[in-house]
Amino acid sequence: MDSIGLLYPSPQKAAGVRDQPPAYFRDLNLDQIVDWITASKQDYDLKPDYYTAVQDEETIRFRQEIVRDLMTETTLTKMQTFAAQMVILRRYQKLSSEIDHQNHREGWFLEAALVYVRSVLQLEQDLSSADLQSRGLLAFRQILGTYTASSEFQRLRDEAEQLKKDLSAVRYCVLIKDTTVKVRPYDGETDYSIEVEKTFEKFKQGAVKDYLVKLNIVSSMNHVEAQILDLVARLNPELFERLHRFCAEHSRFMADFILTFDREMQFYVAYLETILPLMKGGLKFCLPAVSIRSKEVLAAEAFDLALAIQLRGEIARIVPNDFQLSGNERVIIVSGPNQGGKTTFARMFGQLHHLACLGLPVPGREAHLFCFDTIFTHFEQEEDIRKLRGKLNEELIRMHQIFEQATPNSLLILNEPFNSTTLNDALFLSHKILQRILELDSLCVWVTFLTELASASEKTVSMVSTVDAEDTSRRTFRILRRPADGLAFAISIAEKHRLTYRQLKERIPS
Amino acid sequence: MNVFLLYPNRDFDPQQPLPWNESDLIQDLELNVILNSMAQGDKFLYDIARRVILTSQTDLEVIRYRQQVLQDCLDHPEIIRELYQIPLQAIENKRKRWLGIFTHYPSGVLVSGLEMMAMFVELLQKLRRIADQHSSRFHSPGFRNFFATVQRELDDDFFGVVEDHLKALRFRDGVLISAELGRGNEGINYILRKPNPRNGSWLEDLFRARPPEYSFTLHPRDEQGAKALGEIKDRAINQVANAVAQSAEHIDHYLSMLRNELAFYMGCLNLADQVRELGHPLVFPEPRPIEERRHTSRGLYDVSLALTMKKAVVGNDLAGDGKELVIITGANQGGKSTFLRSIGQAQVMMQSGMFVAAEQFTANLCSGVFTHYKRREDSSMKSGKLDEELSRMSAIADHIRPHALALFNESFAATNEREGAEIARQITLALLERKIKVFFVTHQFTLADGFYKQGLPNALFLRAERKSGGRRTYKLFEGQPLQTSFGEDVYRTVFESAP
Repeated sequence: MDSIGLLYPSPQKAAGVRDQPPAYFRDLNLDQIVDWITASKQDYDLKPDYYTAVQDEETIRFRQEIVRDLMTETTLTKMQTFAAQMVILRRYQKLSSEIDHQNHREGWFLEAALVYVRSVLQLEQDLSSADLQSRGLLAFRQILGTYTASSEFQRLRDEAEQLKKDLSAVRYCVLIKDTTVKVRPYDGETDYSIEVEKTFEKFKQGAVKDYLVKLNIVSSMNHVEAQILDLVARLNPELFERLHRFCAEHSRFMADFILTFDREMQFYVAYLETILPLMKGGLKFCLPAVSIRSKEVLAAEAFDLALAIQLRGEIARIVPNDFQLSGNERVIIVSGPNQGGKTTFARMFGQLHHLACLGLPVPGREAHLFCFDTIFTHFEQEEDIRKLRGKLNEELIRMHQIFEQATPNSLLILNEPFNSTTLNDALFLSHKILQRILELDSLCVWVTFLTELASASEKTVSMVSTVDAEDTSRRTFRILRRPADGLAFAISIAEKHRLTYRQLKERIPS
Repeated sequence: MNVFLLYPNRDFDPQQPLPWNESDLIQDLELNVILNSMAQGDKFLYDIARRVILTSQTDLEVIRYRQQVLQDCLDHPEIIRELYQIPLQAIENKRKRWLGIFTHYPSGVLVSGLEMMAMFVELLQKLRRIADQHSSRFHSPGFRNFFATVQRELDDDFFGVVEDHLKALRFRDGVLISAELGRGNEGINYILRKPNPRNGSWLEDLFRARPPEYSFTLHPRDEQGAKALGEIKDRAINQVANAVAQSAEHIDHYLSMLRNELAFYMGCLNLADQVRELGHPLVFPEPRPIEERRHTSRGLYDVSLALTMKKAVVGNDLAGDGKELVIITGANQGGKSTFLRSIGQAQVMMQSGMFVAAEQFTANLCSGVFTHYKRREDSSMKSGKLDEELSRMSAIADHIRPHALALFNESFAATNEREGAEIARQITLALLERKIKVFFVTHQFTLADGFYKQGLPNALFLRAERKSGGRRTYKLFEGQPLQTSFGEDVYRTVFESAP
């Protein structure tokens, strides 16, 4: 059967998957995002796919189609159900491989086979009723249909279901007295617990603690249970003979293309599972328009996804921001008060681009983004005593390395460079660097306290972190496009507490 | 079985949340003195009293129900104290005999459950005896119903059946269990079974077609195996053990409800003893529906002050029917704060079903009592004083609803008088329009006089008296607010009244 993938439109495009994160991952907190997304999905080895930003519009569209199909939430739920079943299936297989006692081992083998046939059939049904548009899922649906109709699959299913039905119908009694155990068929004896419960019923009153002991029923059998099971098998000899034959005949029952589908689907599911709760909390995500040519980027109500994940319990604290570069504009200069969200803004700009080039939805209401070749970040580093060079020297060397590699298609994200030197020096160096960036014509976000940079060229755009009009000590975390300045307002104290006659009447219901 | 001594048709919930302004109420109304007098050093009595008093009832039925129960208690304090010993005995027994269900094995749960049950049965018998002896001397619906339930539910049959079952649960003939094959062929649905009775003669039994039966016996030194057998038995008796343990807990719960609800009345008995020793009056108030505007009293006094001073304090009369705004002005140290406190105390005590500290007291119920008192400057310097007062007011605004009672004591005076009075005026006006009853103690002539000049029919103005020579009587009288500060006055005369 053809191997059909969900990540690339054709196998040739799949070349070059990274096994290590790109250098900018840590500065942009993308490492936190990927750790969070993959935390409960360790078995799938998804990280390399999240590391690898695609530089190909067609692959991005191929993935965006699949995301669109999954964004109808019922389809996503169905994929999650299937994945959950496959997790159970693997657990049963592992269990079965570790058990020595035959009747027990074969019991778990049968369970694994049952989970497999049931979940594959369910998947086939779910997909056939789903309204699919993506090339990836349509192709998979077709192959799956052929497989489930095959006689090989049908026989596996029928035998497994019949065996399970017959085993479930077995009922037996165990009489334990001292160290002797007798096993015999169940003969209609009445439930003693019910009789006793009835007697004490009159006391029932309100909720009390549950003394039902959560007996730790692990899937293992001690030798007493195993002996009892063997006696039950002696009471039902033909049934257990059939079970032995089933296990011998179907030792390898799983199809490879199903395994591939299970893993690659998780690339989407894991990400959507992370962002859906944020969307329910009111944050917006969108599939961006991604262009390999146009550097006119924009985003509305965009935010830092790593921060949103951290603050997922208090989403109201997330402050979305907009940006837009049109015409010749290339560089955003972000200035304003400290702790005002400037660094977060810079990270957000980088994250949006990386996520867009994974073909995934990005945090924001609307976005047009650029299909970059790589991102260069320059964030403050802890001083490294081994390098034996001054901090400024170190910074300039790192800056130089960036310009050796950067192309017009690279993104540059600079976070307060040169803040370890005098103001004059910083200004001088910054102007020099800015000049090189403008000549290179790459997109850049530059966080700085040097407001002078903001108006350096018509290719630069000034954005400013702002303060609360009522309380100038409070940061709003809004970053607005406007000339750099700082304003403070004072208002009447009673109004601030919403205690004027009119405000108070509104607050107290009549 | 229910106790139902605090509500006619529901249990008291000792976990019910206290009002958000609990600590303000306790501080501003000096409730700690009252609570301590009720508790007499017993922390449990203190907690219950605090919870009952602070969670005001707004249902007239409940309040009258409690007043009647409390009257019975006041008439027969010795029987109440004897009854209160029963739940205390249960606690004592559990502690002394190490009773309780601490184990994590069903067989252990079963054994402990049976032991507890036996101990409780003894106490329930004692409760029955008290009911048999004394029930005829009680008249409140609460107590009549309580004793009737005890006599009906804890009859002789009941005690007999319980005995039988406690014996049968020892399993002398082995444990019979049914099971099925679950996932992985592991046994599931372990159910304890009652063996089928033998029918027919021994001969019939001998020739009857027997189903096949296989067996094995563990080696006597197979400890692992014995443990495994124990686990299988545990799975089967889990249900029964749970039923017994839960039943024991239900009885335990019943006894602790008895303790909770009696604790409130025990506290009332303690308080009544203390106050009467001082020779002060206590009276059951007459609560009126929440929509009415009633507030009349004779000899209303601050019971916390009386208990603290241990001597006679001055009571006040109030004729506040139909009033929604009461403004109290006048001399320093003239009893204004004491009066405001007694208003608040009487309201919360009435709404908990207690007596109040007066010769006579009638008032409408309120949806909640809110206090806003001047506080000492915040030493952390986080916010200015007016800012602090307003932020407390804002918290009140978040919670206050129509038909509440709001008590202000020198509020909003932390700025110059004109601004302070304006803020206070706007707030008071908004509260009045939301049908909230306001008592306002103030030094601010601008505020008091402003309302006085409006001639509102629903406003009442009281003044603390200062006799000539500065002697104070601590009595309040109806009267127009007086200008007490002179500086601004003089200024006005000179600059504003000039022709």
